[in-house]
Amino acid sequence: MENVSKTKMVEAPEGIAGEGFFATRFDSVIGLARANSLWPLPFATSCCGIEFMATMASHYDLARFGSERVSFSPRQADMLLVMGTISKKMAPILRQVYEQMSEPRWVIAVGACASSGGIFDTYSVLQGIDKVIPVDVYVPGCPPRPEQIVDGVMHLQELVKNESSRRRNSDEYKELLASYNIE
Amino acid sequence: MQASQQDLIPIIMQILLAVGFVGGTILISNLLGPKRSSANKDKSFECGIESVGNARIPFSVKYFLVAILFVLFDVEVIFMYPWAVNFKEMGVDGLLKMGVFMILLLIGFFYVIKKKALVWE
Repeated sequence: MENVSKTKMVEAPEGIAGEGFFATRFDSVIGLARANSLWPLPFATSCCGIEFMATMASHYDLARFGSERVSFSPRQADMLLVMGTISKKMAPILRQVYEQMSEPRWVIAVGACASSGGIFDTYSVLQGIDKVIPVDVYVPGCPPRPEQIVDGVMHLQELVKNESSRRRNSDEYKELLASYNIE
Repeated sequence: MQASQQDLIPIIMQILLAVGFVGGTILISNLLGPKRSSANKDKSFECGIESVGNARIPFSVKYFLVAILFVLFDVEVIFMYPWAVNFKEMGVDGLLKMGVFMILLLIGFFYVIKKKALVWE
């Protein structure tokens, strides 16, 4: 029985509960479902990818957050994790992978290189992936520990939970994509 | 309505519920989910790299021929196992029956060789 009580369940969103019914906002239900089933698409180019492998493995176990299904096709992925140095030659490929993800989609830049180019302040390296695609969460570190990656995913979960279901159709979001030249 | 027909009503309801749930969720998620499509998005996924040529091209069926012939003679060998186990009980009768079976397949095998189906080049 002790094991059962240790199981932590996701808390229900705010709402009105009564005898045999529960009423709440549609947005928060969808947010709750999305936040706890983020399928990652790892885009690992260097050492941060090794830290991500540790994050997915049994000790840190990202599956606890509903992210056990790592997708290697952008079609069924929700969360693009860019881990490692992105050279300028790699940038259009990363952009294409992002463009081919279906909505809604989120991006985490893991590590200094993906976030800002890191120590590679040179002509051949992209100075942060936010030059080519919009980023939701930045995880600092060179490379970050798995705890930091998990922290980044948890921050993203908060974003996803609180996202309005109208956001992806809003003018603001369209402008954001247009500023990156993404149709 | 007969009693035996009435017994089927729960099953029909179950089927309607199952099909309705599957169809309903597909329809609702299609209506509610955000969508966006562009020429780039609808391209086939080649790990982000520009795809070259058409995937629908004719190719040699040689391997298929070898594979299907393998399956044929593989099944023949499988039939020989129970025969080998019951070899003594089946006696001359079994030997004759298996002989006919083997000869039929051997004729086919010679046909395959004659047609050069196993010649790769």
